[in-house]
Amino acid sequence: MEIRGPEPIGCKNCRTTGSLGANGTWAACVSRRFRTVHLSSNDVELAPALHLHEVSKRYGARWALVRVSLTVRRGTALLLTGHNGSGKTTLLRVLATAVRPSSGKVEILGLDAALEPERVRAQVGLLSHAHYVYEDLSGLENLLVLARLLREPGSAATEALERLGLSPKDDRPVRTYSAGMRRRLALARLFLKRPAVALLDEPFVELDPTGVAELEARIRELRSAGTTLVLATHHIEQGLQLCTDRLHLEQGRSIAA
Amino acid sequence: MRRPGLLASTWVLFRKDLLLEWRSRARVNALLFFSLATLLLFSFALGPDTALLRRNAGGYLWLALLLASVLALGESFRVERENATLEGLRLVPVNARAIFLAKAVANAVLLAGLGGLLVPVLVALLDVRIVLPVGQLLGLILLGCLAIAAPGTLYGAIASHARARDVLLPLLLFPILIPALVAAAKGTALVFEGDPMGQFPSWVALLTSFDLIYWGLGVLLFPRVVEE
Repeated sequence: MEIRGPEPIGCKNCRTTGSLGANGTWAACVSRRFRTVHLSSNDVELAPALHLHEVSKRYGARWALVRVSLTVRRGTALLLTGHNGSGKTTLLRVLATAVRPSSGKVEILGLDAALEPERVRAQVGLLSHAHYVYEDLSGLENLLVLARLLREPGSAATEALERLGLSPKDDRPVRTYSAGMRRRLALARLFLKRPAVALLDEPFVELDPTGVAELEARIRELRSAGTTLVLATHHIEQGLQLCTDRLHLEQGRSIAA
Repeated sequence: MRRPGLLASTWVLFRKDLLLEWRSRARVNALLFFSLATLLLFSFALGPDTALLRRNAGGYLWLALLLASVLALGESFRVERENATLEGLRLVPVNARAIFLAKAVANAVLLAGLGGLLVPVLVALLDVRIVLPVGQLLGLILLGCLAIAAPGTLYGAIASHARARDVLLPLLLFPILIPALVAAAKGTALVFEGDPMGQFPSWVALLTSFDLIYWGLGVLLFPRVVEE
């Protein structure tokens, strides 16, 4: 496998300046001699799920993220906590490539998010505050559009709806859905995509107790399937039950918890 | 996972856009009545001089379509703004060029359908006669609507990020559409009044060139517009 980029990210030809670690921790090649970087498929598999180096994001005069560095191994479930406005959503949006960082480097599964956003997006699923659904289409129609774009069969859309407790036969437009049903539909979008990295921003909001229990079960399924998970929530106890690691953000700065 | 190609993605999104238009038929009806009202207002404003009205009928048709297009283009991006669905498509990921092509073609089809409905109204209201073959008129309407749809979709996407989007879109769009508007109006006038000097192909060529340039620019620039 050959990845071309302006900066080397782990060069097999550059033994003296560093290479990928055998235990999966990322030790990037610092040599700038090679603009073409050769990675074996084994190396790509060894790359961590997420690697952020000194990532900052500024909106106007306000810094939403300040020099956040982070390495998350594959299969990890990371709990992201922090007060309102601490930068949780911005961090998830940076990881999803929905926004570009003002500075710093983001790598997802060994892919540079700035250089290869399309390939990164194919691996990442974001559950956002916005539900990404069309109000005038039914739940099934929304998922069928996504399924066709993902080259998935229509049955996958039906199955995703049913798994989230929504009826595929319900032909009402999403405009008539309750807040909880919209949330379930947004989750069904995520499960239909089956991403390698799932980024969940306040997934329990707007769900009833049954929905919360079902979602917890689905999240555990994702984890057992090896999906790397980043879960931002104010429900810390609930999050700790589902996650193995925790990162706390305060005013855009990361504080290990 | 193998993703669908540009044309396959465009087809999926085009069908989605048409389905959304169908589901919101009230908006399409509003567009039709707005265009009819515009035509009526032109005829009332210029008085009962039927010769003058007939001579300018091509211009009225295109002004009605142009004014309606601002509503249609703004609406096509309001739908995408509602739940950040444009961002959702980007993150699937869908090729941004497919999003542009699907939306521009859907807008062109909507406007061409509207143009097709307005022609009989012109015939009835202004006593217009179609001298050249009807196929030439329909072809001209299609080319003219393609000319509005490509830059309209590009600028619609740009304006959708702005607070004053409803004002910004016509401000950006109208000046650059002047050559297309002139060519479409002149060509339509020739269809209504006859073309003894054989000028029709020249206006069609101008309109086709405009289409090629702006569809090319749209495909080229749209990915930059939809990225942050």
